[in-house]
This record gives sequence, structure tokens and C-alpha cells, in this order.
Amino acid sequence: MSKLIFEKNIPGSNAFSLPVFDGGHPAVETSIPAQFLRQAQPQLPEVSEVEAVRHFTELSTRAYGVDSGLYPLGSCTMKYNPKINEWGARLPGMACLHPYQPQDTMQGALQLYYEMQAMLAEITGMDSFSLQPAAGAHGEMTGVLIMKAYHQHRQDHKRTRMMVPDSAHGTNPATANVVGFDVIEIKSGARGLVDLEDLRAKMSDEVAGLMLTNPNTLGLFEEDIEEIAAIVHEGGGLLYYDGANLNGIMGVARPGDMGFDVVHVNLHKTFSTPHGGGGPGSGPVGVKSPLADFLPVPVAAKQGDTYRFDYDRPLSIGKVKNFYGNFGVIVKAYAYIKALGGAGLKEACQHAVLNANYLRHRLRGAYHIPQDRLCKHEFVATSRNQTPQGVTTLDIAKRLIDYGYHPPTVYFPLIVHEAIMIEPTETEARQRLDDFAAAMEAIAREAQENPEVVIQAPHNADIKRVDEVTAARKPVLKWEGS
Amino acid sequence: MLQTLGLSSLDQLFSDIQADLQLGRELNIPAGCGEMDLRSHLKELAARNRSTEDFPCFLGAGAYDHYIPAALEQLLLRSEFYTAYTPYQPEISQGILQSIFEYQTMMCNLTGLDVSNASLYDGGSALAEACSLACVNSKGRRKVVVPDTVHPEYLEILKTYSLAGHMEIVLVPSRKGAVDIEAVESAIDDQTAAAVIQQPSFYGVIEDAGPIEKAIHAHKGLFILAAEPISLAILKSPGQWGADIAVGEGQPLGMSLSMGGPYLGFMTVRKSLMRKIPGRIVGQTTDGNGKIAYVLTLQAREQHIRREQATSNICSNQALCALAASMYLTLVGPQGLTDIARRCHQLALYARQALEQAGLRLKYDRPFFNEFAVSITDPAAANRRLQENGIIGGYEMKDALLLAFTEKRTTAEIDRLVAILGGV
Amino acid sequence: MNIPADLLYTKDHEWIRVEGDQCHIGISDFAQSHLGDIVFVELPELDIEVGAGQAIGVIESVKAVATLFCPVGGTIVEINEELESSPELLNEDCYANWIAVVELNDKSELETLMEASAYSEFCRQAETGV
Repeated sequence: MSKLIFEKNIPGSNAFSLPVFDGGHPAVETSIPAQFLRQAQPQLPEVSEVEAVRHFTELSTRAYGVDSGLYPLGSCTMKYNPKINEWGARLPGMACLHPYQPQDTMQGALQLYYEMQAMLAEITGMDSFSLQPAAGAHGEMTGVLIMKAYHQHRQDHKRTRMMVPDSAHGTNPATANVVGFDVIEIKSGARGLVDLEDLRAKMSDEVAGLMLTNPNTLGLFEEDIEEIAAIVHEGGGLLYYDGANLNGIMGVARPGDMGFDVVHVNLHKTFSTPHGGGGPGSGPVGVKSPLADFLPVPVAAKQGDTYRFDYDRPLSIGKVKNFYGNFGVIVKAYAYIKALGGAGLKEACQHAVLNANYLRHRLRGAYHIPQDRLCKHEFVATSRNQTPQGVTTLDIAKRLIDYGYHPPTVYFPLIVHEAIMIEPTETEARQRLDDFAAAMEAIAREAQENPEVVIQAPHNADIKRVDEVTAARKPVLKWEGS
Repeated sequence: MLQTLGLSSLDQLFSDIQADLQLGRELNIPAGCGEMDLRSHLKELAARNRSTEDFPCFLGAGAYDHYIPAALEQLLLRSEFYTAYTPYQPEISQGILQSIFEYQTMMCNLTGLDVSNASLYDGGSALAEACSLACVNSKGRRKVVVPDTVHPEYLEILKTYSLAGHMEIVLVPSRKGAVDIEAVESAIDDQTAAAVIQQPSFYGVIEDAGPIEKAIHAHKGLFILAAEPISLAILKSPGQWGADIAVGEGQPLGMSLSMGGPYLGFMTVRKSLMRKIPGRIVGQTTDGNGKIAYVLTLQAREQHIRREQATSNICSNQALCALAASMYLTLVGPQGLTDIARRCHQLALYARQALEQAGLRLKYDRPFFNEFAVSITDPAAANRRLQENGIIGGYEMKDALLLAFTEKRTTAEIDRLVAILGGV
Repeated sequence: MNIPADLLYTKDHEWIRVEGDQCHIGISDFAQSHLGDIVFVELPELDIEVGAGQAIGVIESVKAVATLFCPVGGTIVEINEELESSPELLNEDCYANWIAVVELNDKSELETLMEASAYSEFCRQAETGV
């Protein structure tokens, strides 16, 4: 374990300096009342530039990104992040724009923003888009607020409940709760799809809508989507599309054509912007025309050859974020869509689905796959075959680290016991999928022949498994000094 | 590969999607292009924007044109950092986890509070999350008292978040550019979950937060202070003001302006709120060999465990922006940050003197840090003149321009600014 | 599964020990073993009046969270502050480490609670799904 930056302190070694100042040196104490001033400098690291650079470089060597290797993290779409996109977002003409500078001094940025709204609308089959939300969960909140505003505008105040399938990502019920809805859970049937009977029974005039991920979290396309949409719409509800898995249908089918009224997409998943170790992402929200008036302000508009931000939207829910969203992320996603074009986006999806099905096929002997049929961009396996030897999903995940891989998503979705959720994405070659499958098969063999080696994994990682219980019982959340 | 699957075409991979639901045509998006074409296109778009690299910028209003050290820009390109996901697997994510732990420590030290999360989306949504936290944990209180000296966009975001129904924003008009302390005091009652102050205010004024802290604590509500991070090198910290929660926009700490994002929402709280704070948190623990290790912790607060009982749906952080902030604070150090803060203030003082000599006056005669409003009859016309002269002007108020000064500005640039404004 | 015979139980896996007008309440062995390593207990507020079935606290483990419901109506007259710093006591001995003491409003409410034998059957069903 390397030292914390604070433990590398060498007082006086920081040589950061400002240009010479020629405007006089009045002391701050003479212009700001003493009662407003801080007495002592904040405790921050004191190191030289080279020490700082070495510190952060060393930290980077103890991280694993898409650039390090295959990253089959289900539901997260860890595809390659093309470098030209990073380059574009860092151009001074993109990165050094003040959000409030006059709109005629950023027409290029506004054009990009406007075109991005239109391209996302085309990809999802929606009518209008807002690029403001900063992440998927933020987009969900925005979308569900729009649903709420829509019902309230129609004086339909009875709709206080939101339906969410039991296979849903935790953010769906959390979002519904945060926006003030009571959550009704919809069961999944034996085939891993929404149970239509349960849906029908729970739909009522108190339900605002249904939040659905399609393909769902098992990687399965909700084949009854038209009937689901009919049930919800006939009951006066709206259909919300969680775009986490859009990569599984992009260019082939569109949520808008399936009857969805509101969608959010994750630019950091489907459109290849890097995840940044947890963010920043971007979660644009699209709606059908009856909901367009409720989108956050501003929305980019075009008049003649001029682009501008339109704030004049009286029914808008307002703002969910400062300024216009994560523009720097939007630039990268824009570049990605431009590079692939319409045909390329579909091809990306086809290969993502091909890769997932290929891996599912390769692994079906070694691992139990509860829904072993055609999947979309991801599939869910389990460790059931390894249970008799006392090997769990967590053990398999940790053992994969020894083989040089980032583990898949584990223990999700909750409806599958000991789930291992695998999403290879389209950016992996067949040879790399074979390598990964070989590692998974080797682990399955180890689980039979020498389970301890799996149970005790990882063996050659940076650290062994950590004590999460003490971390939560006696939290140490900052460096307190030596 | 298709053969392995017993398929003959890629289309068969989608046989589970009814034919009438399939698009059946190509997306109406222009054909793709190679890297060289893409590069030209992006360059062409960028060329139609005026960048603060080429034009001196006096705009602030929540986003500031500070200098970003070259070392930071290069370190941030380490792709093990930026192509990683959330550090769910501590065994191969110690670098990212440690960097967040260091970030949390720095934010606690800067704000004078006990616990920091791993960051939120931006300043405005961080404030909304703080107000939400106060209401949800107040046993039935739902009022949040907010002076209108808070950033107008933050107020918009607060209003939007309050559509959820759990909080009611009580907006208190200001007096002469500062918080109307008496009005705030009388707005606070036993139904008030929290009182908010922004420091310095949106109008650049350093506020006297003391009376508000006393009033809200007398009614057992929480005191939320939205702070500007660079000013904290010289101004009293939220902790010293008695705040229970500090939030703010972290963009000044090494993030480019990027037309408004991605930025960094920071949030720190008193220890008593440790298990209520939204967002990711990293804690220190040990591994199976007793070695120090870092891990995402206190996860029982979060949506993937609480689901429909969660009080925030946040499941990410702005990790790369938080990393930029800790690199920034490391590269400038405590003395550097103090020098930067002082320089910003000194440039603002220089500008005030020059503007007054040119016959202009400040809209509010109150202490400021690096931003103030100068009275101008037609701010839009003034901004146009500045633009024609290659200067990105200020934020347009009704009868004033709000001007901000960072360490990147020079006295020569300020002289040009004043010469143009003085001539309007 | 340890289910002491002298206690009453709820479907939310809380136990109740009645002593005159006062009830000690805690969580059962079933609850603590399903939660796993308990890392935090948010204790009820002292001296407040609560109704039967009202949420009065939260128990957190690393991977789960459970709401503590008050099994009977009354006033919270005592809380076990030791759990604040040592939540693991609930894992070590969930019956010796009570969470709160409630002064009963209405003794007849106790009739709605399960005896050990009924609770044992309830747990068996919860475990096997039959």
C-alpha cells in the first residue's frame, strides 16, 4: 500500500507560483472584516510537482480500466472509449467556453448540442430531448418528475404510485420514492419477463406509470412489450424507458416505437464516453410530444442558421442541473455517433449481441445459465454448479482478478440467486472472448478440483479481500494525521 | 461465431423482437466517418466558439476561469483512471479508492467539517440534495429557508427537486445585495428543516452568516452553507460558521469551464449526519493480511440496498472531477491556494479602484471576495462593446454587470475592461 | 435457530419480553442471522409515544437494511445506547441485547403477538417457502 499524499508531506517543497503582480499589495485584512477571515491555512498536501506526479501516476497503476483489459461488467456497457473523442472534448474551443458567454460566441457548441438532441431522438424514436441530466439516475429523476408534472397538469392527482419490476435496478424504485411515488413491485414470470397478469392486476387509476428496462436486467428482450404498453396506457399511465441497456437494441428497434413515453439514455454506456472511475456521465432524457413542454430548460433550438437556447417554456419542470448538462461528455458522445453513423450504430449493437450470445454459448457447460436462450447484449449466469464445493459467485469474481480480468456484475439482478451478469460489449474480438471463456472454465475446474484456491482468491492482486464490516462499523472516512 | 450459435445471419439475433417493432430501415443519421474527417469536423465546430484561452473572461456567476496546471491536465489522461468504472472491486481499484479517500480528506479540511462524500453532480444539485437530506431526516419538517442571494440556477434546481413533495422552499428577498437577516430570522420557525446561505453570495458579497446560524439552530434546524472552494483559503470555513452541511461548486479546483459541465458538487457534513449523507463514500479498512486498504462503505444508505426506501437515488460520483480537485489542491498546496485566493481578491480590489476612478460605482458597497456587481444602465450594450473589443464581459443583471476576477486576469486586461466600460 | 420459549414474537422478527407494564424489545436470531454482520443501529427516540407497527429505528448490515417496527403501542422509556458503539452485540447475543423498552398503552395488544411455537413455525415457512 502506498502512502497517502498527506504522508508524503515535505513542508516548503511546493513551488507553485503566480505571475508578478503590479497592482499593489493591499493586505486582505484591510478590505475584508476580520470576522469573515480564516485564521489558519487549510491542511493540504505540501509536495513538489514531481512528487505529486509520481503519487498520482502510482495510484493510476492500481486501477483497472477498459484500457487495461476486458471489462465484462453487466449493465454497465464497458466498451472502448475512442481517443479521438477525448481529443475533441479537450479542444480549447470546446473545453474553454464559459456557460454564460454570449450565444453568438458559441455557435459551434450550440450546433453540436442541437444536433445531439436530434440524433438521440432519432435513435430512441422520441420527439424531444433534454441533455441536462448529469447521469443515468439523474435522468431517471428528471423523467419521473416529467411524468408527475404531466399528470398534475391534467389535474389527475390520484396517481401516486409507480410500478417497477422486481428485476429492476435499485435506482428505479429509489427514484420513484425520491420523486414522491409509492412503489408497486411487479413480479417476473418463469421466463424472466414481466408477469402480465400481475401487471394487469396492479394497474389502476392510482398508477402514474411503469418503469421498465428493455432489454431487461437478465439481458432478455421483453417480448410482450406491446401488450405491456397497452395495459399501462389504457389505464391512463405512462411508460418509462430506463436506457441502461439500449446497446442491446440500438439501430434495430426503438423505445419510441414500442410505446415508451419517456426515456433516459446513458451516454457513458451506449455512446462510449469513459466512466471516469464513477463519473462524470450524462443522462439525457427524451419524451414524446405530449410531454415535450415539461422538459427542463433550456433546450437548444435553431432559427435560420442560428442556434440558441430556448428558455421560454412555461410548463417546464425547471432545472435539474446548473447550466446545460455535462457538455464535455456530450461532445465525446457526439463524436462517437458521428464516427459510426446510422449503419455503424446498428452494427455496434449487432456485435454486442453476437458477443454476448457467443459467450453464453461458450460458458453454458461450466456455469448454470437460468435463462439459456437468445439474449441481447448481456446474460446472467450463476454459481449453482459450484455451490456443492462451497464456491460462491463472489469467489469466482475474485478469482477472475487473478486471471487479469475485471469481474462481471455480481449478485444482480436480485431475482437470480448468486447472479453473475456478463456484458462483453461489441469492442471485444472473438479471440479475447475465447480467452475470457477459458479463464472462466479454468475457474470452474478449480472449483471442482481445488475449491480453496477459488475461495481464497485473489492471490496476486494488490490486496486481499477487505474487511467491509469494520469499515462500516467503525468508519474511517478521512486521514486524521499521524 | 454465428455458426457456433447455429445462426446464419445477424438478423436472427433479434428474432425475439417482433418484426413490426423492428425499425426496418437505417437510422436517419449521416454515414459514419474516419478519424481524420471527424477531427476536421470537431475542429471546425470548435473554431466557431470563442474560447477563454483566446479572450480574457470576466464572467463568473458560478463558473470561474482559473488556471489549470499542466501537470493536472496530463495526469488526468492516465486512462486507468478515466476508463475505469465505479470501484466496486477493491482488490483492483485501490488507486481510485485511495484518491477518493484523499479527496474526502481535503474537502473536510477545506470546509472544516467531519465527513465528506465522494462528490455529487454539481453545486446546484448538491445544494438540493442537502436540503432534501435536511427535510427527510427532520421528522416531518418540510420548510427550507433560502435567501434570494443564492445562485438563481441553484434556486431553480431547488424548486424542481421540491416538486417531489417533501420540501417547501421559502424564498426570502435580500436587502441591498445581502441577506436580509431579520427577514430570514422571522421566516425560520419550528417547521423549518434548514436554512441556507451562499458564501460569497451570487452577487459576490461576503455575508454575515452568524445570525442565521443562531436562528436556525435555536429552532433545531440544520444550517447549510454553499461555499466557493478557492475563497476558503482565506475566508472562514463553513465549519467555523457553525454549518451542519457544506456544499458547493468544485469547478474552480482544476476543472475546465466546458460550457457548464462536467463539474463537481462537493458535500461535507458534521459527524452526526455521517449515515445520512447521500452518494458514495470511501472508508479505510484492512485486507485479509492486515494491510491498509480502501473500500466503498456505509452502503446501507444507498439505492441498491434501500431500493424504494432510499432517500436519494444517486449511485455515482464525479470521480474524475474529484480526482482533478485533489490533484489541483496537491499541485498548488496550501500556500499556493492562499496565494491564488489573495490574488483574485487583489485583482478585484484593483478593478474596483479603476472602475471608481472611471466614474463607475459598485452596485453594493459590501465586502467581496473576487466578484462584484458594477452599476451600468445598459449592461447588454456594455457587454456587446466588450465583445467587439475581444473581451468576454460580465453576467448581465437588470442594471449592473457582475464581474469576476481570477488569478489569470492581469492589470492590463482590467485597464482595457475599465476603459471600455467607462466609455459606455 | 434459537427461539427462547419465554418471549413473544412478531412477523417482522422482533421479540418482546413483558415485565409488568413494560416490554423489552429486540430482534430475533432469525433476523440477525439473515442480516449478517450488523454495522449500525439507529435507536428509537426516547420518550416518544408510538403506535403498534410504527417504524422506530433502523438496523444496517453491510449488504442489507431493516426497519425496526414497534410491536406494541406505548412510550419509549429506555434505549440501549451500548448498541450505538457496539452494534455487533446484536449478532453476538440478540436476546440479551435488547434495543428499547416500551411502556405499554394497552396490554390487549400483546394478544396479537406470536408465542415461541407459532413463531418457530413462521420461521420454518419463511425459510422453506412452504
